[in-house]
This record gives sequence, structure tokens and C-alpha cells, in this order.
Amino acid sequence: MEFTFDLNTIWFILIGVLLAGYAFLDGFDLGVGTIYLFIKGDTNRRLALNSIGPVWDGNEVWLVTGGGALFAAFPHVYATVFSGFYNAFMLLIFMLIFRAVAIEFRSKQPMQWWRSMWDRAFSVSSILIAFLMGVAIGNIITGIPLGADKEFQGTFLGLITPYTVLVGLTTVALFMMHGSIYLTMKTEGDLQEKTKSWVNNAIIFFVICYTTVTMATLIYYPNMTLHFVENEWLFLVAVLNMLAIANIPREIHHGREFRAFLSSGAAIFSLLLLFAIGIFPNLVLSDPNPEHSLNIYNAASSQKTLGIMLTIAMIGVPFVLAYTISIYWVFRGKVKLDSSSY
Amino acid sequence: MDVEILARLQFAFTIAFHYIYPPLSIGLGVLLVFMEGMYLKTGDKIYETMTRFWVKVFALTFAVGVATGIVMEFEFGTNWATYSRYVGDIFGSALAAEGIFAFFLESGFLAILVFGWNKVSPKIHFLSTIMVSFGSMLSAVWIVVANSWQQTPAGYHIVGEGLEARAEITDFWEMVFNPSSIDRLSHVLSGAWLAGAFLVISVSAFYIIKKRHVEISKKALKIALSLAIFASLFQLFTGHNSAQGVAETQPAKLAAFEAHFDSSAAAPLYLFGWVNEDEQEVKFGVAIPGMLSYLIYGDASRPVTGLNAFPEDERPPVNIVFQTYHLMVAIGMLLIAISLFGAFLWWRGKLFDYKWYLYALVFAVLLPQIANQIGWISAEVGRQPWIVYGLLRTSEALSKAVDANQVLFSLILFIVIYLFLFVLFIYLLNEKIQKGPEHVDETLDTYTQQKQIFSTKN
Ligand code: HDD
Ligand code: HEM
Ligand code: HEM
Repeated sequence: MEFTFDLNTIWFILIGVLLAGYAFLDGFDLGVGTIYLFIKGDTNRRLALNSIGPVWDGNEVWLVTGGGALFAAFPHVYATVFSGFYNAFMLLIFMLIFRAVAIEFRSKQPMQWWRSMWDRAFSVSSILIAFLMGVAIGNIITGIPLGADKEFQGTFLGLITPYTVLVGLTTVALFMMHGSIYLTMKTEGDLQEKTKSWVNNAIIFFVICYTTVTMATLIYYPNMTLHFVENEWLFLVAVLNMLAIANIPREIHHGREFRAFLSSGAAIFSLLLLFAIGIFPNLVLSDPNPEHSLNIYNAASSQKTLGIMLTIAMIGVPFVLAYTISIYWVFRGKVKLDSSSY
Repeated sequence: MDVEILARLQFAFTIAFHYIYPPLSIGLGVLLVFMEGMYLKTGDKIYETMTRFWVKVFALTFAVGVATGIVMEFEFGTNWATYSRYVGDIFGSALAAEGIFAFFLESGFLAILVFGWNKVSPKIHFLSTIMVSFGSMLSAVWIVVANSWQQTPAGYHIVGEGLEARAEITDFWEMVFNPSSIDRLSHVLSGAWLAGAFLVISVSAFYIIKKRHVEISKKALKIALSLAIFASLFQLFTGHNSAQGVAETQPAKLAAFEAHFDSSAAAPLYLFGWVNEDEQEVKFGVAIPGMLSYLIYGDASRPVTGLNAFPEDERPPVNIVFQTYHLMVAIGMLLIAISLFGAFLWWRGKLFDYKWYLYALVFAVLLPQIANQIGWISAEVGRQPWIVYGLLRTSEALSKAVDANQVLFSLILFIVIYLFLFVLFIYLLNEKIQKGPEHVDETLDTYTQQKQIFSTKN
């Protein structure tokens, strides 16, 4: 394959960066949601919610902007995937709605039934969101039936295969690990002791899923490894990925939660990078007719738009980074409840 | 029912529901800036208590706004895939710009606005309030630009033919400043200010009637009324500009606004009426003859393009456009009357003396909400049968991979979930209002504060 560094490639990378930023950031607050029901006691749950309280909305904006950028840069991918995965996306949308209001509404009423209802909504929606995103990634790897008109021709049930479900589970496990590390970082005392034990369980769960997915990919979808065969330097990414994962238990053991958190972040980035290298230059693989695949050229907007969008991104991104960093700085340290908490 | 009707119903329902909240967020945001600004300027604790109370309400509307907004972001792809392919080159960049420039700004500073009272200095907190307000208006900018492009396309050319055809950008600024952008943006923003202002006015009037939190409510009411006076007049001005723009760029829509069928005749301006589309006439109508011609051309006898000048399949449904448009204008006039009467009483020092006026203010909160909703209906239904005016028909814009059952099922779920959300929203809002503004005593030690929070938190 030839690699040309043009606008289309830049946008492939930029959308990858947005989605990776999303996975890194929303990954931990979804992760907190996945283990949330294990947390016992109202105060502890409120501590957990408030650890993500000020930031979860900003984290979700990475997804919203990623969606907008996909629409602008590769409208055919946006159109094909969203209409093709209609039922799955509707489910995802409903979960996103429930999750947002669950966080906001939960502590607004003192009644037991009220709180446990929203607690469940928050946790179930977090798990399902992670799972559905994993299933979507799984389907990109396996390929979906596309017609010459770029339209999806399969069925909803066809999207659910053992492999895609496995990728879904792996995503849940990954966020579980990431989120429990985050909680360990933000909490103290009893609660922190508890979260530490979940970190260990989550790591085990993740490593099992991850190994299985890797084997399944190598056996059934060798096309994902083509670029790695052509260029063995790329194998470094896989090594990096494994080192990052192996480093997490070590840092936790030494009580360096922040470094453990960065490590699991590095694991997320490198996993997505492996995936991106695997599919490049395609965005959606077509199976059974590979010639109908959507790639960064046949699915893209005009060069003019890609150029304009690049300008917008170059102006916008420094601001975004500045806000994000300052918000995390303001809310650094362990969570405490006060009059403005949930 | 076919996919087209269902998809339109779903879009209309979800956007209309979403649009309950953004105007409140935008309007309240502006008022929060005033309130907190007063606090910083005077140092009077009462303004701080006021700001803190309205920040809580703001957080609530914002949360529902976010939850319902995410739906909109994805719905173009799920239900209008062909449209997305057609306009992605243009529309997508506005949507992405909204994310990068506006949503990050809003959501970031919102964190400090809501959770940061004890974490940052008052000045930084005030800065965050300004940024949130600014960000919410900025998001209106981009989404309204995108919508305006679809009403009055500019700065593009068509590439490819038949099924492959799509619009590509030729001039970014021409696209952004298409003929209707500025008129509609100013009209939408001012409608949002009215929605926020009348919420504060209504709640404050309620407290004054009930003799609770009287001092704080009088101050809040005056702040909000000032905004309402300005915004209601500005609304008329920008609405008038919009109407003139529509006369030029979307003559079929204007003809539907006024149910004007005959192109060879001068056009009257109806105050109200009922359109019989088959017989092409307005029943029970009261009109000022020649007034529309006069408003557009400054000449009461000049003919105005009527619906008969357009092929049957290029005319929008008339009665619904007529009714929603006229009701919006009527509400606009009513809001001006209410605000100016308030200004008059204020000037005479009797603003809080008339019970009936205070009661009217309590209920007036519904008026801007209704006007905002039906304003969009008249603008969007008036654009039919086009989804992109003159270029792409709504019926051609659907997702090919989606069938009617799928849309029906999701529509039903949206209705159920949104009704549930709406009930909860009203319930929680009511709780907040019943509880009212309260002063947090900063002098207590942390432990006592925590205990208070746990015992009263809701
Ligand atoms: C006049 C303004 C206006 C209009 C016409 C719309 N919105 Fe909206 N939207 C806002 C003004 C707004 C806002 C003020 O920025 C919100 C609403 C309440 C809020 O809290 O932020 C918001 C929230 C919001 C969010 C959540 C942002 C977040 O996570 O922070 C999304 C994804 C959208 N909107 C997308 C849309 C789309 C795709 C629309 C068109 C179909 C749309 N909005 C119409
Ligand atoms: C937020 C306020 C808005 C409201 C209340 C609103 C209202 C409506 C309504 C009532 C319809 C249905 C029309 C019909 O079925 O006949 C509609 C359709 C539509 N509107 Fe809007 N609209 C809003 C904003 C927007 C924006 C900002 C966009 C684009 C950026 C947009 C794009 C569309 C599209 C794509 C449809 C579906 C196709 C159609 O039926 O025309 N709308 N809208
Ligand atoms: C005072 C008299 C008013 C006049 C003359 C007026 C005029 C108009 C016109 C001509 C349009 C259609 C624009 C288009 O299709 O491009 C419109 C749309 C709209 N109006 Fe009004 N309006 C008035 C009052 C109001 C009020 C009080 C509100 C809400 C508080 C409101 C909210 C809206 C909204 C949300 C839209 C749709 C967005 C748009 O197209 O700009 N209007 N108005």
C-alpha cells in the first residue's frame, strides 16, 4: 500500500484522535458506571458520582464532536453506519439520554427507591454504551455487507456475532479497568481500599478478553495484520500496548495511581492505534464485496471542505486542550462533597 | 404509515422537545451574567443567593438539553442518510464547528459554574458564567447557520448527477452568511432571551404573590424584566427583517404565511383566519387590505407572488403555516404589551402593586415557549416540500437502509421516554421553586455544612 500524507489521511488521523480522546476520557467515567453498583452506601455512591460530576459532560463532547467531524469529513461513513446500524444506534442514544439524566437527577430526591432506580439506570446505561461501541468496532473489523450505492444491506441480527460480542465485552472490561483506576485515584480510606480490589479483578477480566480477541483476530481476520506484515516497525505499537497493560498492576501495587491511570490510558490509545493501522485506508470494510468498502477517498468530502475543517480544527483544538486541562486542574485531588455536589 | 411521514414526525418531535431547553439555557445564561455581575459590583449577598438559586435551575435545564441534543447530532445520519450524503460537505462543517467552538466551551466552564463555587475565586467564577453564556449562544450560531443554509443555500455548487449528486462548498463565508443567517440568528437568540427572562419573571412574581423571598424576587424580577423589554422589541424588529428576507428568498413560504394564492393581486395582511386550501380562500378572516404589499414593497397596490405561481408539488401545506405564523406574531405583540406595561408600572413605582398583573406574569412563562415552538413549525413546514430549499426534496432525503417499522418503533420509544423526562423535569423544577433560594452559611465549619447538605439535599 502506498502511504500519501494528504488531507484525507490527516482527517483519518484527526477523527482517530477525537475518538481516542473520547475513549480515554469518557472511558473512565463510563468505567466508573460499570462498577458503580458494587459500591455500597449512599455516601460512597455520591462520592463516586461526584468524582466524575464536573467532567463527564465535557468528556462526552468528544463523542459529539467526533460525530460532527465524521459527518463533515466522511459524510458517507456517517450516513451508511448510522442508518445501517439504526437499531443499535437508537439503543445507544436512549442509553446516553438515561445516563445523562440519571447523573443529574439521582441525588435530587432523598427517597430510597428514587436513588436506587437512577443508580441502576446509570450503571446499566454505562455498561451498555461501552458494549455497543465495542460491537460497532467489532463490525468494522469483520466487515459488513455494503452495496454499490454505499448502503448497508445486512440486518440488525447480522451485526451480532460471537466475535463482535467479544469485542463488546473487551471494551466493557477495558473501561472497567480504566474507571476503577480513576476511582482509586480520586478516593481515600475505605472506599479506596475497595476500589483497589476491583482494579485487580478488572485487569484479570480485561486480560482474558483481550487475549481471546487477539487470537480470534489473528485467526479469522488476518486482513487486520496486513500492514504489520508489510512493515515490521509497526509491531512496536503492539509491544507498547502490552507493556502498558503489564505496567498497570505494577503501579497499583506501588500505590502510584496516577501513573497506573496514564498506563491504562496508553493501553487505550495503543489499542485504537492498532485498530486504525489495521483498517487503514478503509473506514468501513465491505464483506462480501470488498470493492464496495468505504475508504478515506470514496467516502470523503471535497478537498476544499477538508481544508476548511483543518483550519477550524487548528484554531479550535488549542482552546479545547486549554479548557480541558484547566478544568481537570481546578478539580484535581480527592473528591469531597460540598453544597454544590450532586 | 410510510417512512417519510414517520421520519418527519420523529424529527419534528425530537427537535421540538430539544428546543424547550436550549432557549431556557441561553436566556438564563444571560441573566446569570447580570445577576452575578451585580453581586460582584455591589457585594450584596442577596445577589449571590439569587445567582446560586438560578444556577441550580440552569443546571437542570442544561442537563436535559444535553441529553436531548445528543439525539439530534446522530439523527441526521440515522434517519436522513441521503440528506447527510448530499449536504455533508457543507452542513457537517457547521456541526463540527459547533462541537469544537461551542460545546467544549459550555461544558467545560459549566463545571466551574455549578461545582466550582468553593474552588475558584469569585472573579474566575464570574468569568466562567460569562463563558457558559457565551458558549450557549455560540452553539446557537452554528446550528442556526446550518439550518439557514438549508433554507437559503449559498456558497455551494452541485457535483455529480442523479443519485450521486451532492452539494459542495465553494465559498465558506458565503455559506456562513447566507441570505437568512443573520436575520434568523438574531430572531432565535432574542426568542431565547425571552424564554429565560419570562421564566425568572414568572417565578419571581409567584414568590411575590405568595409573600415568600420577597426582597430577592423583586430584584430578580426587575433584572429579568429589563431583558424582556429589550428582547420583545428586538423580536419584532428581527422578525420583520426575517419576513422581508422570506419575501425575497422563499416566496412560496411567504405566500403560505399569509395564504395569498393569486399572483396578480395585491396582498392583505391577516390578523387571523382559517384557510380552506381546496377553495383557496380564507374563512372568518380579518385583514388589512394591501398591508402585506405595503410592508414588502412600500406600495399597497403592488401584486405579491401567490401560491398559484408555483406547481402544485412545490407548495407547502398552507393552513398550518398560516396558523402557526399568525399565532407567533400575536404572541410577539402580547409580549411587547406585557413588557411595556411593566416598564410603565415600574416607572410609576407600582410594579408590584397589582395582583392581576403579577398573576398574568406567572402565566406568561408559557408564551415565549409556545412562540418558539410554533415559530420553528412555520419556518420548517413553510419550507416543504423541500428539505434543502429548491435543491432536495424531503421525500428523497431519507435513509434507504431503514424501514417504517424501525422508525415507528423508535418514535414510540422517544415519545414514551420524553414524556417521562418531561414529567420529571417539571417535578424537579417545581421542587426547586417550592424550596426557593436559600442562603448557604459559609461561616459554619465543614462538618456542620456537610450535615446540613445531607439532611436537606434534594
Ligand atoms: C438555538 C439554539 C439551538 C438549536 C436550534 C439547537 N440546539 Fe442543540 N443545544 C443548544 C442550542 C441549540 C445549547 C444551548 O447549546 C444546548 C441546549 C441546552 C444545553 O444545555 O446546550 C444544546 C445541546 C446540544 C447537544 C449536547 C451538547 C453537549 O453534550 O454539551 C447536542 C449534541 C446538540 N445540542 C445538537 C443539536 C442539533 C444537531 C440540533 C439541530 C438539529 C440542535 N442541537 C438544535
Ligand atoms: C431547534 C429548533 C427547530 C425546530 C423547533 C424545528 C422544527 C421542525 C419541524 C416542526 C419539522 C417538521 C416539518 C415537517 O415535517 O413538515 C422539522 C423538520 C426538519 N428540520 Fe427543523 N427545526 C429546528 C431546527 C432545525 C435545525 C437547526 C435544523 C438543521 C440544522 C433542522 C433541520 C430539519 C430537518 C432535516 C427536518 C426533517 C425534514 C423535514 O421534515 O423538513 N431543523 N423541523
Ligand atoms: C413580534 C412579531 C414577530 C414576527 C413579525 C416574527 C416573524 C418571523 C418570521 C417571518 C419567521 C420565519 C423566518 C424564516 O422562515 O426564515 C419567524 C420564525 C421564528 N420565530 Fe418569529 N416573529 C415574531 C415573534 C416571535 C416570538 C415572540 C418568538 C419567540 C419568543 C418567535 C420565535 C420564532 C422562531 C423560533 C422562529 C424559527 C426560526 C427562524 O426561522 O428564524 N417569533 N418569525
